[in-house]
Amino acid sequence: MTIIDKTADVPAPRGSTENSGPLLDVRDLHVEFKTRDGVVKAVNGVNYSVAAGETLAVLGESGSGKSVTAQAIMGILDMPPGRIPQGEILFRGEDMLTMGYEERRKIRGQKIAMIFQDALSSLNPVLTVGYQLAEMFRVHQGLSKKDAKAKAIELMDRVRIPAAKERVNDYPHQFSGGMRQRIMIAMALALEPDLIIADEPTTALDVTVQAQVMDLLAELQREYNMGLILITHDLGVVADVADKIAVMYAGRIVETAPVHELYKRPAHPYTRGLLDSIPRLDQKGQELYAIKGLPPNLLKIPSGCAFNPRCPKAQDICRTDVPLLADVTEQDGGELPGRGSACHFWKEQIHG
Amino acid sequence: MGRYVARRLLQMIPVFIGSTLLVFAMMYALPGDPVRALAGEQTVDPAQIAQMKKDLGLDLPLWHQYLNYLGNLFQGDFGTQIASGRPVADIISDAFPITIRLALFAFTFTVLVGISIGIFAGLKADTLRDRGLLVLTLVLISIPSFVLGYLLQYFFAFQLGWVDPNVSTEAAPGELLLPAVVLGSLSLAYVARLTRTSVAENLRADYMRTAVAKGLPRRRVIGVHLMRNSLIPVVTFLGTDLGALLGGAVVTEGIFNVQGVGYAVFEALRHREGATVVGIVTLIVVVYLVASLIVDLLYAVLDPRIRYA
Ligand SMILES: Nc1ncnc2c1ncn2[C@@H]1O[C@H](COP(=O)(O)OP(=O)(O)OP(=O)(O)O)[C@@H](O)[C@H]1O
Ligand code: SF4
Ligand SMILES: [Mg+2]
Repeated sequence: MTIIDKTADVPAPRGSTENSGPLLDVRDLHVEFKTRDGVVKAVNGVNYSVAAGETLAVLGESGSGKSVTAQAIMGILDMPPGRIPQGEILFRGEDMLTMGYEERRKIRGQKIAMIFQDALSSLNPVLTVGYQLAEMFRVHQGLSKKDAKAKAIELMDRVRIPAAKERVNDYPHQFSGGMRQRIMIAMALALEPDLIIADEPTTALDVTVQAQVMDLLAELQREYNMGLILITHDLGVVADVADKIAVMYAGRIVETAPVHELYKRPAHPYTRGLLDSIPRLDQKGQELYAIKGLPPNLLKIPSGCAFNPRCPKAQDICRTDVPLLADVTEQDGGELPGRGSACHFWKEQIHG
Repeated sequence: MGRYVARRLLQMIPVFIGSTLLVFAMMYALPGDPVRALAGEQTVDPAQIAQMKKDLGLDLPLWHQYLNYLGNLFQGDFGTQIASGRPVADIISDAFPITIRLALFAFTFTVLVGISIGIFAGLKADTLRDRGLLVLTLVLISIPSFVLGYLLQYFFAFQLGWVDPNVSTEAAPGELLLPAVVLGSLSLAYVARLTRTSVAENLRADYMRTAVAKGLPRRRVIGVHLMRNSLIPVVTFLGTDLGALLGGAVVTEGIFNVQGVGYAVFEALRHREGATVVGIVTLIVVVYLVASLIVDLLYAVLDPRIRYA
């Protein structure tokens, strides 16, 4: 199966001498949850990869398994009820799923860090932000309390929190939403990890603050040359910062592409639908397009292509055969690096 | 904060007056009186009784007696027992340390065992071990403490002969162990359940996921991030519980014959010694109020989101 690490003009990976492969490589990942009503198949064979300095945006409707995939990478799935029946998560070529607890713990925070959507509930309410930031240095680098606190202030300055020195002993609830998200970013950046996973980092913020936080994240990513997995609903944000996109539906990647190509020529009817549902200025007054129907019930995913009950292009084969993520090429067979689509009729979609 | 404490202290005054008046009135309403109780079965000349009552001020109306009592109290005089002629202050200073020792023993037992059980169960909520411990606490809650008291006494003292069924007048620490377990068992069940629920709930909190994602060792995730949050409601409960333990000691002291406050109140009631009963009950009320004030302040220290103004 082709994976989307062929994107052109990627900046040279950090420490490229030791390893030229992708930083993170998720292969055929499956995740399921045992619930009272049955087995929820949240992730059904996800493949994606990220290189140093590269930004992968993961798109998809609510419930498509974006967060669950991220949690599986981070090792913070609720297990039980969660289970990973199949798949590999390679970090610098090593499968994290077969590592011991301690080995894996040392990767978390130091090599791979995560930014959560809701900073208020994701920060510990009874510990000062200074403590929570300093904890990273104390635990992973064995710094003294005092040195770690100094580093925490430095970090808060770094993410442009005004009066960092005075505010280091404040508690999370004493900050505004945007400032709290900056603290989350600072915490993820503390040990300059190789990869950051940001799960809807700006969804909980108001629009003006969203842009600031996103800019900050993009700037720091460039500066440290980190890989970034950006999970989002916001197609506008994606166009600005992402290098490549993976579109998820019912726990699978249905389309992958370099960012601008996806906007220009989607190769999957679901992606087409997503793009058409973005409000546009030149269509002001017209009714907004929406993909008809509801996301599938993960307890009982439709046979064949999971999207078939909602797809305007569905044929009989779509109800019986599962479309694999196939390489997408030009009409004349010319290569389109990094592009793939899991649709029986991708040719008609992109060239039709 | 200072203003808050001052307000709370001021609020104690009406509670203090109310509780003393209530106990005072109840003693007044009880049939019989201390002078008659002194005489026992003997027939005494009614005129003599009337004279004694007059000397002791017991013929005055309730409000007058109460004011006299309060007046004396503010001069530091708790009154004198009629039958024994001992100052009530002496009775209190004999009995209170024993009860406080018993209550502190029970409290320590509650805290150590209750919280441990709660954490142990809460970390693996809805497993067999959790269910088992839940049933155990239910049993403890549903058995009245005098039944548990007599059961343990029968078993450990009469059957096994490990301990003396009665606690001596010194109330040595070793002797108080069994009574403390009986006294603390109900609170223990509550503390265990509260801790369990709190731990299980916080375990699912977002910040716990963050703590794991930060790569913190498990010890730290549980010991710092989980515990700091989970123990807040438990500490709040424990504070008010300390007061309740003092009150609950009365029954336990009866079973094991501990000569503490319970014993003193019981004796005083038998002889209709109003001053003694009021004095002791008031003191318990004050301890309770102070304990709950300390807990509320502690609450603000533990949870920075709480602010008192
Ligand atoms: N702990 C869990 N137990 C049972 N089911 C779960 C659990 N966590 C996630 N799921 C299920 O997995 C599915 C995918 O969830 P996920 O959070 O990955 O969606 P998402 O793509 O991140 O959506 P959103 O955009 O709303 O965040 C959901 O249907 C959810 O019900
Ligand atoms: S495979 Fe069929 S149902 Fe699925 S997206 Fe393509 S056309 Fe639609
Ligand atoms: Mg999500």
